[in-house]
Amino acid sequence: MGSAPHIAVVGGGSTGSGVARDLAMRGFDVTLVEQGNLTHGTTGRMHGLLHSGGRYAVADQASARECIEENRVLRDIAAHCVEDTGGLFVKRPEDSEEYFQEKLAGCEACDIPAKVLSGEEARAMEPHLAGDVEKAIAVPDAAVDPFRLVVANAASAQEHGARIETHSTVTDVLVEDGEVVGIEVEHDSGPGKHVHGREGGTEEIRADHVVNAAGAWSGRIGDMAGVDVAVRPSKGVMTIMNVRQVDTVINRCRPKGDADIVVPHETTAILGTTDVEVDDPADYPEEQWEVDEMIDTLSELVPMLADARTIRSFWGVRPLYEPPDVGSDDPTDITRDFFLLDHADRDALPGMSTVVGGKLTTYRMMAESVADHVCERFGVDADCRTADVPLPGSEEFSVLRDYMDEFGLRSPIGRRSVERLGSRADDVLDTDDPNPVVCECEGVTRAELQDAIEQSGSDLNAARIRTRASMGNCQGGFCAHRMASELHGEYDEATARRAWDDLLQERWKGQRHALWGEQLSQAMLNYALHATTQNRDNDPADGDGLDFAAFDAGPAAARTDGGNRGD
Amino acid sequence: MAIDSEVLVVGGGLAGLTSALAAARAGADTRLVSYKQSTLRHASGLVDVLGYTPDGDGPLADPFAAIPDLPDSHPYRTVGVDTVREAMALFDDAVPHYRGAHTDANALVPTHGGTVKPTARYPAGASAGVASDDRDALLVGFEALPDFDAPQAAAHLDAAGVPFDVRGATIRFPGDLRTDAKVTRYAKLLDADGAVPVDGRERPVREALAERVNAELDGEARVGFPAILGDDDAAGVREALADDLGAAVFEVPAGPPSLPGLRLEDALFDALDAAGASFETGNPVVDFDADGGRVERVFVEKNGARIPYAADQYVLATGGLVGKGVESDRERVREPIFDCHVAHADDRYEWFDDDAFGDHAFARFGVATDDSLRPEADDGSTEFENLRAAGSVLGGYDFAAEKSGSGVSIATGYAAGNAAAEETR
Repeated sequence: MGSAPHIAVVGGGSTGSGVARDLAMRGFDVTLVEQGNLTHGTTGRMHGLLHSGGRYAVADQASARECIEENRVLRDIAAHCVEDTGGLFVKRPEDSEEYFQEKLAGCEACDIPAKVLSGEEARAMEPHLAGDVEKAIAVPDAAVDPFRLVVANAASAQEHGARIETHSTVTDVLVEDGEVVGIEVEHDSGPGKHVHGREGGTEEIRADHVVNAAGAWSGRIGDMAGVDVAVRPSKGVMTIMNVRQVDTVINRCRPKGDADIVVPHETTAILGTTDVEVDDPADYPEEQWEVDEMIDTLSELVPMLADARTIRSFWGVRPLYEPPDVGSDDPTDITRDFFLLDHADRDALPGMSTVVGGKLTTYRMMAESVADHVCERFGVDADCRTADVPLPGSEEFSVLRDYMDEFGLRSPIGRRSVERLGSRADDVLDTDDPNPVVCECEGVTRAELQDAIEQSGSDLNAARIRTRASMGNCQGGFCAHRMASELHGEYDEATARRAWDDLLQERWKGQRHALWGEQLSQAMLNYALHATTQNRDNDPADGDGLDFAAFDAGPAAARTDGGNRGD
Repeated sequence: MAIDSEVLVVGGGLAGLTSALAAARAGADTRLVSYKQSTLRHASGLVDVLGYTPDGDGPLADPFAAIPDLPDSHPYRTVGVDTVREAMALFDDAVPHYRGAHTDANALVPTHGGTVKPTARYPAGASAGVASDDRDALLVGFEALPDFDAPQAAAHLDAAGVPFDVRGATIRFPGDLRTDAKVTRYAKLLDADGAVPVDGRERPVREALAERVNAELDGEARVGFPAILGDDDAAGVREALADDLGAAVFEVPAGPPSLPGLRLEDALFDALDAAGASFETGNPVVDFDADGGRVERVFVEKNGARIPYAADQYVLATGGLVGKGVESDRERVREPIFDCHVAHADDRYEWFDDDAFGDHAFARFGVATDDSLRPEADDGSTEFENLRAAGSVLGGYDFAAEKSGSGVSIATGYAAGNAAAEETR
């Protein structure tokens, strides 16, 4: 082989970044493009469940088997992204006993460790479970941080020579002589490190093969190439609570339905979800009934949720796909399995493949099959190593250390930082400069933010997903301006100010669905801090200039003694 | 037997304190009860009256001139501009370390993010920092204090077109305060001029700080610091630094926990004490008895017991959504003590705007009142003839957008306190 084949991967979610990593590790020259931040699409908008496979053990056993297999792999290669919470399928009196037994048998058939607990045993594990929960099945569900996972995959791909371009939208798929030869992208703010406000530009990226891993947007990419990829986007709501009401994933043990899962995630618990087909993955209604249903229905499992504080809600769009001849009416009936579409065979259009469907838990397996397919295309003989080589941050490492001595951090902050950073903690936290906490809710220090900014450029939302800064109870009320300050120095003031505005707007978007009770009080406080004290709603730097001479220039005394005497 | 007074004020923020002060100075036997720490600790300590109109025009050079044109429902229209002026005079008298009374014009005061904010009054400590003063300025931040990034604030002020040259420098605070030390820790150290280790020897902290700033100073006539310059002896700290630097010294107000806000709270409690009012903090008012249209007594919960407090007149100054004087759930917005009517849309998705700084209905949530600040029921009738409301529990204005929160609290607190005292005569 002369120079390595160049593969363009479209989509910076779990699938795309997994494909980029796998191909780069097998020696390909890889460019990944993503229209927003990494995880901008569905990956960053999921409940954070690392499936045991239990959810699919009755209706979709092929998916269930893949899930448990990958569940085991990710605990190993992505240890710093996974929290071993365990999961329960709980049965209420009105839920079917027959289904409970089917679930148990299905888990056994799929090699998913499953154990029946009495209601008392389940409540001993999770004291806030409803008193009338009759029994439960314990399975090895876990919580996974999708942001950390994708960032680690992208970082690994980069270490193996890949180029990662975020904020770069594909505007065309280049087809010449009946073959895909590359893509055209519009860089939102210049190639390379993302800088707010830098003039963008169009770039033609020639490639030997294009992998369309754009998830819910795969149909758009297909259209640009003139092939039909009938993705059926289906939205689902996730509602975030301010604390962890449960430390175990709680699933409702019944066939299918909305509002049937609670996933503990970092300092929060995430309630999910709904399943409604939408036309446009970027523009769909986010509806009040969906939020209300999460609270009202899931409080049947965990009664304290009825009066608990939610801090925001967000929606994700599943990129569901089924072969054209199936024709399910209800999106909940569409398989969660994934499909690799080889457009050479399927549409007589060589040079491009599309991967659709699937789920985050099996992203690595999907990526492996895509990479196998690309290897076969190019006659490359290289084994997949992504199931064996740990991701950056998950190399052999112990989080049980004395952070106070090592990094000068208070214990809870040190513990949380090191859990997030995994084996990268030494590199990031070992600094001679003062390392104050910037985000108090999530215990994020300056060193972590600076590390994130170094990776992702001036987009504070990208720094946010890497660190969790501004993702706690106050939703950026107390720390958004501090995060903007962390940009300044490396970036100029105007860039920092724009990134600050974008962060405030992004944080507001999700909070709108949580505006009652404590969170409405928090929202008013944030508004007051940002508008009253910081005057960010009327920032004179954004206006046409002020007539400073028309305003009070200070008492005369301030001119002579600095106003420092006489009080 | 109930604890009796002529005027009972519920709430210990700016509105409650002003209200109790006004009632006590008017000769009424006045008592103030408050529950949690007031929201003053969240506030910058700047006392604004009106910076922008409800339509967003501004910054207003003259806040008083704009008051007569406000909508009828605005609390300033309820009390009238003359009362606003009288109330500010009471404030100026009660809190002598504030400046701005020499003119009707607003000052534009730089705050920690680097914008300027229009305000009618400001602490003496901020007076050398106002943006219409054309002397060049150096802003100084501290490495371990992420709330104030001096170079960024300076660049931001420059972008706003301030009429002076401004530069920022970040230095290490002398000594060995731990990285996440509270702002009060810095303030106490400066108050005491405590010794700090610098290069292996102990130095007084003010002198050591001035030495580090002097190394950055390049002829600027004034130097701004984050608002940590002392608590009990703030003036002394500034004076010492100014002498060592040969430049005027000012503080840049910041968010919570805000020393200027805490200092203001202390000053108001001192004034209240001097006026002979009694006050107690830390226990909530949880219930009340009414007879016909009058409040007979309220109940304060103390150590699990319900203690009755009776008065002739009551002032409700429990705050807005932040202070929990207005509460909500998914269906309803309410005033939790007397259940006074709070108007709101039934659909909670109409409570907010989609833009973070849009026209938020929730920001205007609160009780509506008659001309004498007595809360009105849905049908316009008076809820209780001897209950008045003041401050953020009032609805009909967006203090954050208007920059009017302090002024409305002072003006309505003053008016409610005076009216209550009047009724007892």
